[in-house]
Amino acid sequence: MTEKTLTPPPHTEPVAFTRDMLDWLPWIEPMAEQDMTERHLTSLVDASRVKSPYFRLLARDPDVLEARTRTDKDIFYNPEAGLPRAERELAAAATSRLNGCIYCASVHARFAATYSKRPDDVQRLLDEGVGAKLDERWDAIVAASVALTALPITFGPPHIERLRKVGLDDAAIADLIGAASFFNWANRLMLSLGEPATQG
Amino acid sequence: MSDVIDTLVGIAPGSKLDAIRAQRSEARKHAQASYTSLFEPRDIAGVTAEERHAIAAFVAGLHGEPKTDAFYAAKLPAALRAAIAAEVAAAKSKGPYGRFPKGPLSAEDAPGPTWKVSAAGRKALGARLPAAFEHTHMLVFHPRDAAAPALQALLDAGWSTTDIVTVSQLVAFLSYQIRVVSGLSTLASTL
Repeated sequence: MTEKTLTPPPHTEPVAFTRDMLDWLPWIEPMAEQDMTERHLTSLVDASRVKSPYFRLLARDPDVLEARTRTDKDIFYNPEAGLPRAERELAAAATSRLNGCIYCASVHARFAATYSKRPDDVQRLLDEGVGAKLDERWDAIVAASVALTALPITFGPPHIERLRKVGLDDAAIADLIGAASFFNWANRLMLSLGEPATQG
Repeated sequence: MSDVIDTLVGIAPGSKLDAIRAQRSEARKHAQASYTSLFEPRDIAGVTAEERHAIAAFVAGLHGEPKTDAFYAAKLPAALRAAIAAEVAAAKSKGPYGRFPKGPLSAEDAPGPTWKVSAAGRKALGARLPAAFEHTHMLVFHPRDAAAPALQALLDAGWSTTDIVTVSQLVAFLSYQIRVVSGLSTLASTL
């Protein structure tokens, strides 16, 4: 018998980019907690993610989920050298803003605002889009994220030169490439397997 | 096997980029583990090896990054490779486009086409791949147009819920890998 997509329960769809916490409702069936084997549970990496329908859905292919999550954590959380955390999050938020992932943008705009202590600038990125004027350094980071996200990819030596001019070294540029590229992975899963909902 | 990103970018052991990638050794290791889990999985399960490589070649073709494109195309038999190249030529677009939820963001709507596999492509690709290719085109170029009926089309074509997760991960992972290869190649050219 052919499977059917899920009909999400009544909810309010967010119609603007926001730093508020959002929910995410799947369009196809996540694994039921009681059906998950040790392998499925390990693939979540953080045990608390068993409560998340998004991660229980991705756990259907556990090896890919675990590798995805460990890639994600090192790109964003590894504190050694490279780009400051706030600006890795800025790249993630800018990528999500351009692709149109309201859920992903909400999470990473919150992180960018917290780590940079520049909530107003982050909010302007959400409100005005990737053309918002923030400051020289942030504009260069957003422009590079946009160039990596666009198809055809337009990222080229002028972007690198601009990043160097605002103080990014090679390791920081590599982090930016990692963060923007990773959100091209994350956005596509979040956008296509379910939808965001406002909380409360 | 050796690290695919290193191979495609041409990162030599002991080079500057090798040292930079070594600072993110977990990301490097698990980007490769993602590749292995998708293309040499422990359990091939619902999506065949040929289906995985066909979808990958289509994604790489749509991105047009020459090194990844050649890498994935080389894994296919000649007839399938030619059929996919013909679909890529017809499907190639600019992105990201698409509509936002109705409201203040509607002013930023950039509507665009929903692409369909050609009649010849349908014949060459068999029963399930055409639906996967049409979904892939949306994921690559206009992911914000995604909606539940797109997943129903995959279910109706014979992909299970778990297959859909694998196919989605495949397209999404390649969207990452291709950009890393492109970005690091550009960085390497300036070192």
